[in-house]
Amino acid sequence: MEVKQPHIKSIPYAEFKDNDTLEQIMKELNEGGVNVVVGSLDQAINWGRSNSLWSLTFATSCCGIEFMSVGCARYDFARFGFEVTRNSPRQADLIMCAGTITNKMAPVMRRLYDEMADPKYVIAVGGCAISGGPFKSSYHVVRGIEEIVPVDVFIPGCPPRPEAILYGMMQLQRKVKVEKFFGGANRKEKKPIVITDVPKDFDKDKE
Amino acid sequence: MKLNNIVLNANDFANEMAKLRNEKHFDFLVTIVGEDFGEEGFGCIYILENTQTYERISVKVVAADRNNPFLPSVTHLWKAADLMEREVYDFFGIKFVGHPDMRRLYLRSDFKGYPLRKDYDMDPEKNKPNMFDDPEPDYTLQYSLDKDGNLVENRHKLFGEDDYVVNIGPQHPATHGVLRLQTILDGEVIRKIYPHLGYIHRGVEKISEGYTYPQTLAFTDRLDYLSATMNRHALVGVIEEAMEVELTDRIKYIRTIMDELQRLNSHLLFYSCCAQDVGALTAFIYGMRDREQVINVMEETTGGRLIQNYYRIGGCQADIDPNFVQNVKKLCAYMKPMFKEYQDVFTGNVIMENRFKNVGVLSREDAISYGCTGGTGRATGWKNDVRKHHSYGVYDKIDFKEITYENGDSYDRYMVRMKEMEQSVHIMETLIDNIPEGDFYIKQKPIIKVPEGQWYFSCEGSRGEIGVFLDSKGDKSPYRLKFRPMGLPLVSALDTMLKGEKIADLIAVGASLDYVIPDIDR
Repeated sequence: MEVKQPHIKSIPYAEFKDNDTLEQIMKELNEGGVNVVVGSLDQAINWGRSNSLWSLTFATSCCGIEFMSVGCARYDFARFGFEVTRNSPRQADLIMCAGTITNKMAPVMRRLYDEMADPKYVIAVGGCAISGGPFKSSYHVVRGIEEIVPVDVFIPGCPPRPEAILYGMMQLQRKVKVEKFFGGANRKEKKPIVITDVPKDFDKDKE
Repeated sequence: MKLNNIVLNANDFANEMAKLRNEKHFDFLVTIVGEDFGEEGFGCIYILENTQTYERISVKVVAADRNNPFLPSVTHLWKAADLMEREVYDFFGIKFVGHPDMRRLYLRSDFKGYPLRKDYDMDPEKNKPNMFDDPEPDYTLQYSLDKDGNLVENRHKLFGEDDYVVNIGPQHPATHGVLRLQTILDGEVIRKIYPHLGYIHRGVEKISEGYTYPQTLAFTDRLDYLSATMNRHALVGVIEEAMEVELTDRIKYIRTIMDELQRLNSHLLFYSCCAQDVGALTAFIYGMRDREQVINVMEETTGGRLIQNYYRIGGCQADIDPNFVQNVKKLCAYMKPMFKEYQDVFTGNVIMENRFKNVGVLSREDAISYGCTGGTGRATGWKNDVRKHHSYGVYDKIDFKEITYENGDSYDRYMVRMKEMEQSVHIMETLIDNIPEGDFYIKQKPIIKVPEGQWYFSCEGSRGEIGVFLDSKGDKSPYRLKFRPMGLPLVSALDTMLKGEKIADLIAVGASLDYVIPDIDR
């Protein structure tokens, strides 16, 4: 058997953007062949995981308010299984990075990411998280969170409309659906950045 | 207002300020603007208000030595100066002699240089983030002068041997953003709170110095996104005042109605989050439901849900939507019965009353001394509504109530905002039928230059006075642009409000203060 095309109810596969990336992932996974038993188990588990994505409430600025709107009655992301938001990184599946990440916040964010259990995902919501947005030329803004954590889905906008956030979440669902949970093919970072303690020579020139 | 600074000498500055404070009753320190005056040196402009007559003055003082600038502190006169002076120190490196806690406020303790100085290189390549934790010292510095007039450093410990310290934030769901409060506890009683800011400091003021005036407008909506239009109103207001643009009545009416819509929007979110923070999830859903109705009305005209981008220098981006008048009327009719519902759902609740009444009390003197404007100040009985006392738009033509309460506790702060929503609806109803014909935009030159001088203009934001200080040298970009954050005084007053309260009340008091962190950090 093989890893199948991800299916999202009520939106046909072809209507999604960026199917190439998914097809690339599927191709890579299928190259090694998929075991029937483990592959079926994978499908069952991915079905469950993709429909209960728990996000860490990580809202630093404006986009966070739109994230709250998505959670409320009008847009209601509970329809897709995203309604559980966790305040502790240990219990979360993904970080919705909604807002600007500044230099002071960067190590905090990295630490939160490191504290999450694998498999974990990151969604960059809004211009600031993607590239620094309107504050790109600042002395205190990280120009895109891709510099500090690997990002799975980018949702552009300033702030993105709730519909866009939902669409981004669905894209993540599709990505979760084409994973080998048992095959050992979960994404690993090529170059992990680890938050260390303060370097010993840090204060040298002061004294 | 155009600033006519009273220039004081650094030597007798402290005495003169004490006279202004004690004899002339200038007891509200609106803001301290640090500025790089070029060859003159680094200095500050203090904007003061007399709370009896609402007269405003500005005082300028310059530290002569550019290499080692220092000024006398005024923390003993106005409590608001505590964080404001730390901000100036952080951005300009001016040391305040006598300030008990001279640490950086926004930037990391290992940050090199002072970013708002004109000679600071803000190339992002040279300002990469450090990927290790902030090596915060556990002591603070106080400067004093010795006999020869040299600066002397004194170290103070921040924590005692037996202090139990809990960090709340920066990643915490109930701090309304990335605020970090270092709280010293005795059992579960709070003894001291050290606020740490700057986790969302984006350097808006510095970036603005390199941008043209129309470009700077986009930042204001992203400061306090819940009072996006008011923030921008303050910025276009100061530029228009400086350029002496005469607005048509139509523009003023539209702006006033938009501001009130935004206030309604913000207060509804306040109601939702405040209720959620003390555990009433139903109220949260109800508040957010009605907020969508407000957003619908605004969106049809401005095109934005949260960030409106609607005002520009000389008017508005576009004329109001043909359905706008009708929609606002519908909204007003819809909202009125809802206020009753909010009261039924949340206000009378026993748990709510127990958690809010007589908790986090702020006295009127402290509110003025800290400069807590907006609902927080009015809950203590301090009449500080900018719409009434420094009127702009068409607020002087309408009859509306300035809501004040007496106790200054969380409950009163909450009630002020609930009543203000009713006033907002009242203001909109008064204006909506009378929007006059006219231009919605007065054409400006392609390159906007502001004449030389210093101006300060403020608007009533959703949670206080949002003020903008503009120093122009006649160029197409501002020489110095400074926003008076609405939330900074609220955070600095947290320590006074919460000393002796339980740690669980910190969340409830924070909810009733309704600060927005990107507004504080800028």
